[in-house]
Amino acid sequence: MILSYAIWTPIVFGLIILFYGSERSTAGVRWLTLIGAVLSFIATLPLLINFDIANSGMQFVEKVSWIPRYDINYHLGIDGISVWFIVLTAFINVIVVIAAWEVIQTKVSQYMASFMILSGLMIGVFCALDALLFYVFFEATLIPMYIIIGVWGGHNRIYAAFKFFLYTLLGSLLTLIAMLYLYNVTNTFDILAWQNARLDIVEQILLFAAFFMAFAVKVPMWPLHTWLPDVHVEAPTGGSVVLAAIMLKLGAYGFLRFSLPIAPDASQYLGPFVIFLSLVAVIYVGAVALVQKDMKKLVAYSSVAHMGFVTLGFFLFSPLGIEGGIVQMISHGFVAGAMFLSIGVLYDRMHTRQIADYGGVVHRMPAFTAFAVLMAMANCGLPATSGFVGEFMVILAAVDYDFVIGILAATALILGAAYSLWMVKRVFFGTVNNAHVEELKDLNGREYFLMAVLSICVIGMGVYPKPFTDIIHPAVINLLQHVAVSKL
Amino acid sequence: MQAFDLYAILPELVLLIATCLLLVVSVYVRERVISTPGVEQDIFHTPRGVGFVYFFSLILLAYLIFAFISRMGDPALVAMNGLFQSDPFSNLLKACSCIAVLVSLIYSKQYLMDRALFRPDFIVLALLALLGQFVLISGANLLTLYLGLELMALPTYALVAMRHSSEKSVEAGIKYFILGALASGFLLYGMSMLYGVTGSLDLIEIFKTVADPRVNHLVMAFGLVFIVAGLAFKLGVVPFHMWVPDVYQGAPTAVTLMIAAAPKLAAFALLFRLLVNTLLPLLGDWQPMLVLLAVLSLVVGNVTAIAQTNIKRMLAYSAIAQMGFVLLGMLSVFDDHAFSAAMFYAITYVLTTLGTFGLLMALSRKGYDCETLDGLKGLNKKHPWFAFIGLVMMFSLAGIPPTVGFAAKLGVLEALVDAEHTFLAVIAVIASLIGAFYYLRVVKVMYFDEPEHEIAVSGSGFAKGILSLNGILVLVIGIVPAGLMSLCLDAMRRTLLGS
Repeated sequence: MILSYAIWTPIVFGLIILFYGSERSTAGVRWLTLIGAVLSFIATLPLLINFDIANSGMQFVEKVSWIPRYDINYHLGIDGISVWFIVLTAFINVIVVIAAWEVIQTKVSQYMASFMILSGLMIGVFCALDALLFYVFFEATLIPMYIIIGVWGGHNRIYAAFKFFLYTLLGSLLTLIAMLYLYNVTNTFDILAWQNARLDIVEQILLFAAFFMAFAVKVPMWPLHTWLPDVHVEAPTGGSVVLAAIMLKLGAYGFLRFSLPIAPDASQYLGPFVIFLSLVAVIYVGAVALVQKDMKKLVAYSSVAHMGFVTLGFFLFSPLGIEGGIVQMISHGFVAGAMFLSIGVLYDRMHTRQIADYGGVVHRMPAFTAFAVLMAMANCGLPATSGFVGEFMVILAAVDYDFVIGILAATALILGAAYSLWMVKRVFFGTVNNAHVEELKDLNGREYFLMAVLSICVIGMGVYPKPFTDIIHPAVINLLQHVAVSKL
Repeated sequence: MQAFDLYAILPELVLLIATCLLLVVSVYVRERVISTPGVEQDIFHTPRGVGFVYFFSLILLAYLIFAFISRMGDPALVAMNGLFQSDPFSNLLKACSCIAVLVSLIYSKQYLMDRALFRPDFIVLALLALLGQFVLISGANLLTLYLGLELMALPTYALVAMRHSSEKSVEAGIKYFILGALASGFLLYGMSMLYGVTGSLDLIEIFKTVADPRVNHLVMAFGLVFIVAGLAFKLGVVPFHMWVPDVYQGAPTAVTLMIAAAPKLAAFALLFRLLVNTLLPLLGDWQPMLVLLAVLSLVVGNVTAIAQTNIKRMLAYSAIAQMGFVLLGMLSVFDDHAFSAAMFYAITYVLTTLGTFGLLMALSRKGYDCETLDGLKGLNKKHPWFAFIGLVMMFSLAGIPPTVGFAAKLGVLEALVDAEHTFLAVIAVIASLIGAFYYLRVVKVMYFDEPEHEIAVSGSGFAKGILSLNGILVLVIGIVPAGLMSLCLDAMRRTLLGS
């Protein structure tokens, strides 16, 4: 029942807030949301505490018949791959709620409710072991995100909201057909049963392509990434944080749950192609990030580059590569979340995201600058930050796989350092650029708390990643066993 | 007539007699007319006894719903010398039709009162159209089917043209009448060919004869073309869809709802009775036609809807596309699963349509019809709950989980993939993707835009309550669709077994 609590606690709170909020005071709504978010986070902790590392299969399994007509079950369960993302999602939700505290003034209850419901739905995606349940959660996340971008977004928010919705819908609809096809072959929607289904190579390639459409758009992989910068620029801070920290991971998670084990031969066959796309994302998109003038766009492109690392790691088919990819996903959740929060902190004060409008922020906001520089360092993979661990593992695996690929992947560290540090230099250092920067006030207690918590996570994970890799390892070995067995 | 016959047609008889009585009695019941200054009274139709008629028709409909639901477990009955059949399929569809008309009347009351259209004849015509639907749904003979079709259509023509001071309304009425008559002609012509070849009007007899190799296949296929064309007219699918947008837009919203909701179920029943119950052996002939109609409807409906700024017109094109989906559900080989998926689709589509038009009527008020996208601007700022209902309806029409529209599309797509029409399924989802754009635009207008005009929600608390319930149902059946699905499957299975 723990998984059900993790999913439904935030959703129930969200619904209560939605209907309770319209008349009551906004302060009450904020506190109620915070209580709900914290409770939801606490509800996920037993998963970590009771997690059995020795067990590489599914744990905390729940199975109730849902639509017997198609043998669809409310089937939940987690393994080492998913458990951290559930905790991460609930954690980021708390961060987002606190970050919105006094920033959001219009339609507070709807804003808070959207994030609570969104968080529950995303946890559902990570728990679902029934493909249709997965699909329902996966698609349903679009609705609150659409509202979040469209109502509280920036100037061009409507364009961004539509682009986000339609782009992701395109991919997922094709996935639905793939799922129906698999149902037709196996007579079940059970993901675990699909992993053992026999499929010929043509079927596998078509299925892989259909799944790829959904997950590659969501990750996003080059060249399907064009929606992400537009959406990030227009989304409110909270929306950007959730999008970068969790939503992108839904796509990468989909690769691990569907593409690799269900179509192993196609994955092996098309692996070099995906590696190519990932390298383009890492190098080309990294270079694109370098020339951005808008901070949010820069971080958005850097997200694409970092997610390129994740997919690169997955398709090397070695334990180190996949584990590195997963660690990178978790780390990116903290780092990208913190980066977008930092931009939010600046935006709330200056109402601009253009790098050129800043300069010398360190003289007015020293504490903030310390945190922001730390996050920039983590973003470019400095050792002892979480960003280093995942990237290093992936690069090691890449060198092992092919030396040239390893070299190319390693250039990302240089590019990452270039765009992160150059942005830091232009925004934070130098002389105070203009009168607006002159008037900046340093972090208030709420912002200080958020940045401190995230910094602890980033450094903690960077210094001692063992709890993460220990849990992930058996599940990855199990996954690779599935991938290694040909289904032909 | 045997007692057995009487039992089978009892609900229809009650409806017929009660409707006639209501028509007569309404003339004698006088109500206190409160004339408000500024509102011109229609001199031809002073609202006589309308409250009485409204009240009793609600009770009558509630009784009928109860009657059909209690008959749901009955086996298939053929009565009146094979003219009329009462099977689980028809009982379920009739119960849904009744609910649709009942809910339509409740939503329409305030709207009609504001426009001086709330008159006994409106309600009586609506009830007569419902009777026509019953006869159509239960037809076991080509003549009964035709009789039901005309009985359903004629009162609707009158309803569309009811606002005789409005040019648009009259134009829509004439257009509807002429095209509807043409479609009936097509259908009748096709039926006459079937009769000529098979020598029978009885559906079961025809079914037996059609499979006979000695029957002239060419003539039958020729007749089939006319029947499918007539059906396509009634369903409003491309290329026989021209009347749909004009009629939806021209008719008063209350009447649009009367056309858009319950008759779709009857049209589905006609499709099922003729193509599955009767002409199943010609599967190879009619399925390619349906493929063409369905694909064209999906593409034309969804693409054209994008260009519309009038919501009623947009919903008309949306209806065309949705009917395309229903046709896709008929494309499997003889399979109760697939047909029940199409049935589920039709029923849930009606549920969603009720809520959508109900919302439009609730947002209309005296002297103002909420018809354009602008009329919904900023709804979330003023009435978040009704904006939420609108959001649920739009996402359901677009087929996004966890709304009921998704469960419906899932069933149809599953049937398609099961019948090895995977390519059609891909076309269908791409069309839905295009469709998602204009549904999203409605959500955008409600949620993202600032209000420009005054927005008020009119209607009684009862009507608002039913509208809220409708919205919640679309969400709840979407989350737990198993009950309604198995109801449809069960009805379909027992009906197919019986025939």
